[in-house]
Amino acid sequence: MANTQSMCTSFMGELMTGTHNFGTAPVRATGATDAFKAALYLASATVDAATTAYTVSGEVSGAGYSAGGVAVTMATPPTATNSSATAGVAFVTPSASITYTTVTLTTAFDAVLIYNSTQSNKAVSVHTFGSQTITAGTFTLTMPANTTSTALLRLATT
Amino acid sequence: MTTKGEMDESLLEKREGTVDTENELTMWIEYWLEGELIHRSAHVTLKKPLIFIGGETASIG
Repeated sequence: MANTQSMCTSFMGELMTGTHNFGTAPVRATGATDAFKAALYLASATVDAATTAYTVSGEVSGAGYSAGGVAVTMATPPTATNSSATAGVAFVTPSASITYTTVTLTTAFDAVLIYNSTQSNKAVSVHTFGSQTITAGTFTLTMPANTTSTALLRLATT
Repeated sequence: MTTKGEMDESLLEKREGTVDTENELTMWIEYWLEGELIHRSAHVTLKKPLIFIGGETASIG
């Protein structure tokens, strides 16, 4: 047997569920899963790694679209899978497609911001795609498979 | 649904397209009436996950 210096894979998974707190924690009324939402952003906007929370600046607007976007279904909790003494991955993926039904968005948009609407709209991730417009139609974002190699959000050690 | 309400599809010009890159698979469909776009929908499948990778843990000393 030997000891190996590493980040524990279980810890990464627990980061995704707010188990550990090294600073000042948000006050949680319940242990329930937070609510997440997805907002669309114009191609001319700037949402990126520096984005800390949902903003109306640069968000799309148009018939059928409500500011703030739509709810994201997170029915599957994060998974943490260890692969060796030093490597592992924690991952999570929305459990359903994100759909904007019967909208008209005539100005090109190319990004979606996923954010935590329970925790003061704090930002989670930005995903980009080719510029789109929608005319009296539906815009759907389908998620990748929720696996160690393809999940939408992953924390990994090597 | 179109900008002119429900319409008989046979009256419309249908255009479709696909974009397949390492980042996304996008399929779109449009319906045109006499040169006017009256419906456009798009379906994007995200293919490129976001990942934070931590390498070797820093050593002390």
